[in-house]
Amino acid sequence: MSLQIIQDNIDIEPTNQKIVYDTKDLNLWYGEEQALKNINFPIYENEVTAIIGPSGCGKSTYIKTLNRMVELVPIVRISGEILYRGKNIFDKAYKEEELRTKVGMVFQKPNPFPKSIYDNIAYGPRIHGIRNKKILDEIVEKSLRGAAIWDEVKDRLHENAYGLSGGQQQRICIARCLAIEPDVILMDEPTSALDPISTLKIEELVQELKQNFSIIIVTHNMQQAARISDRTAFFLSGEIIEYAKTDKMFSNPSDKRTEDYITGRFG
Amino acid sequence: MKYVNAAQVQKKLNTRLSINKLAKSLFLISILFSLVVLVILFYRVISQSLGWIDLQFITSKLSTVAENAGIMGAILGTLWLMVVVAPITLILGVGTAIYLEEYAKKGRLQRFIQTNISNLAGVPSIVFGILGLTVFVRGFELGNIVLAGGLTMSLLVLPIVVVASQEAIRAVPGYLREASYGMGATKWQTIKNVVLPASLPGILTGAILALSRAIGETAPLVVLGIPALLIPLPDSIFDKFTVLPMQIYYWTLDSALVAEYANLAAATIVVLLLILFLMNSIAIIIRNKFQRRF
Amino acid sequence: MAIRTTLDKDLERLKELLIEMVNLSKTAVEKSVQSLAHQNIMMAQEIIEEDQKINELEEKINNLIIQLIAQQQPVASDLRAIIAGLKISNDVERIGDLAVNIAKSVLHIGESPLIKPIVDLPKMADMSIDMLTKVIQAYIDSDIDLAIQTAKYDDNVDELYGKIINELFELMPTKPESLNQITQLAFICRNLERVADHTTNMSEHIIYMVKGKNVDLNA
Repeated sequence: MSLQIIQDNIDIEPTNQKIVYDTKDLNLWYGEEQALKNINFPIYENEVTAIIGPSGCGKSTYIKTLNRMVELVPIVRISGEILYRGKNIFDKAYKEEELRTKVGMVFQKPNPFPKSIYDNIAYGPRIHGIRNKKILDEIVEKSLRGAAIWDEVKDRLHENAYGLSGGQQQRICIARCLAIEPDVILMDEPTSALDPISTLKIEELVQELKQNFSIIIVTHNMQQAARISDRTAFFLSGEIIEYAKTDKMFSNPSDKRTEDYITGRFG
Repeated sequence: MKYVNAAQVQKKLNTRLSINKLAKSLFLISILFSLVVLVILFYRVISQSLGWIDLQFITSKLSTVAENAGIMGAILGTLWLMVVVAPITLILGVGTAIYLEEYAKKGRLQRFIQTNISNLAGVPSIVFGILGLTVFVRGFELGNIVLAGGLTMSLLVLPIVVVASQEAIRAVPGYLREASYGMGATKWQTIKNVVLPASLPGILTGAILALSRAIGETAPLVVLGIPALLIPLPDSIFDKFTVLPMQIYYWTLDSALVAEYANLAAATIVVLLLILFLMNSIAIIIRNKFQRRF
Repeated sequence: MAIRTTLDKDLERLKELLIEMVNLSKTAVEKSVQSLAHQNIMMAQEIIEEDQKINELEEKINNLIIQLIAQQQPVASDLRAIIAGLKISNDVERIGDLAVNIAKSVLHIGESPLIKPIVDLPKMADMSIDMLTKVIQAYIDSDIDLAIQTAKYDDNVDELYGKIINELFELMPTKPESLNQITQLAFICRNLERVADHTTNMSEHIIYMVKGKNVDLNA
């Protein structure tokens, strides 16, 4: 389905790509403080969409709204709509538990459960009622392969996940996410706690994953956003300032604020 | 100009080092003091019990003849008491902790409940005795059976389990819960699969400490009217019973009449101490074995 | 507190080096035409030797640019300024070489008397040099209007070039003994036209630097 523009610097050429998330007039408050102001933009299928911006700009808040994890904070208030493949995620009838099986999340600090690697990956499927051991075995292998870590752990599936290095733990978390066979993967600064080599391995993984999933990644590392994303959104003080294809954003951004941020003149 | 120069450091160095040594000595003295008191206590008890602890002592029933008296009844009674206290405190205590930590909305009501539970821990144990007497022994017309004693002691040690469980649950890092919710788990699934397994060591430690306290308390049971006289050995929770502390109490009281009762009391104290020591060791082992660095 | 002072300083330095290089090339072109007008062999020699300086500057600029890219990860306008700088230095170095070519032609003509008083050649040279002067200013000021304006003069230069070449071709059959000189004069003419082309390229790079768009002003 094609989409005609726009608002200011939300730059969308008409395209035939499917929209995965369409955010409309989203506003969010933590108590009295407004954290997100009038967010409007589409996110496309099978792309890596990066969200960048200085600390406190609302990018983490935004991504946590996409799978309604932000509502774990009691004083949160939301207005507006977010359509996930056409359905408003804030609809009373649409349960968060259901949404989260389609939209998985990887967090900043690798957070595997204090269980075996196998149990970590099987957690998701088991939660949703899959008990058959053969099926679970299959899901575990497929997910670990999908996260490019099968070969490293296939001989120690029943060891505790905490015995792995930080980079490996994060890939376990990605595998755990893949095990529920989602459609979209949200990543909230997934490599900021990792060393450079692990970071690059995960960036490589993200490029592979985008063939089958839509990935939305929040990062404060601009070079990372430039390296791996197809489109980038620039947030500032709770607003979305610019949204464009990454090559344009980083070679010739439209808004001066974007220019100043990505050249490092402020932020 | 440099302020923290060599001269300045030299000026104060010796004084500071001396005060450092003094502090260390003071703390050493305080622990020595505690140890000395402990050693004296142990010495007195052990010396009085020498020769009186043997298999016959542990396995025999009571007798007015000091040489033949044994504490089997008291041991069995203590065990039956644990049979009642353990499940009740675990279920009620952990349930309360889960509600307070995971479900209750943080606000005035929750703080009110929290304060009251913490205060319960400070209520004199004898008050629980009066409560138990009124409600369980007389109100429910149970009489002074194991069940009544167990229920009373459960109420006494419940705050310990609740607080320990709350601490353990609170210590489970938020990001583990987030990971679970992120995959579409419900709140109960998250509690059952992530929070409880992670907080189990803390909960168990709290439970064992509570049990240790329960089998060592005497005052409430005195009020309930638990005897220490010859009674048939308890077979179920509906039987009359006695416990080790009661035994110690009565033998000590009567040692004015029969001198050997003092030795029996001492022997019982040693057995009780051994049991408590064992239980606390188990608590420590469990805690260490399951310690996960998050 | 300013962030990225290192980057800003280096970008300033890049600008300075480029301006220095362009001025050297401009001087070389001016001198080369002068040396033709006065048939000054020594001057022509100087130009050839001084080209060394221009080449050294280009190398300096290249190294600075590589260092900037590797160490500062420039993006957006910084990146465009650097890339434009790279391309401009290339064009400027070529202009320097064209001046050398003119000087060599002057040497080939030597001291043989000129077959006709050269009027149009200096006029063409003035135009090209004027374009260079303007383009330098456009670069310093990031002035794309000036850059576009300057590029338009290329048409005038081309026109004059056509005229001179025709004249020279007509002269050829009438003065066969001066074939060498006529040929050299034609070369000089061609080189001056190339100077104007390169200057137009520089205008294109300036537009890219400021606007982020590639345009073709040579058409």
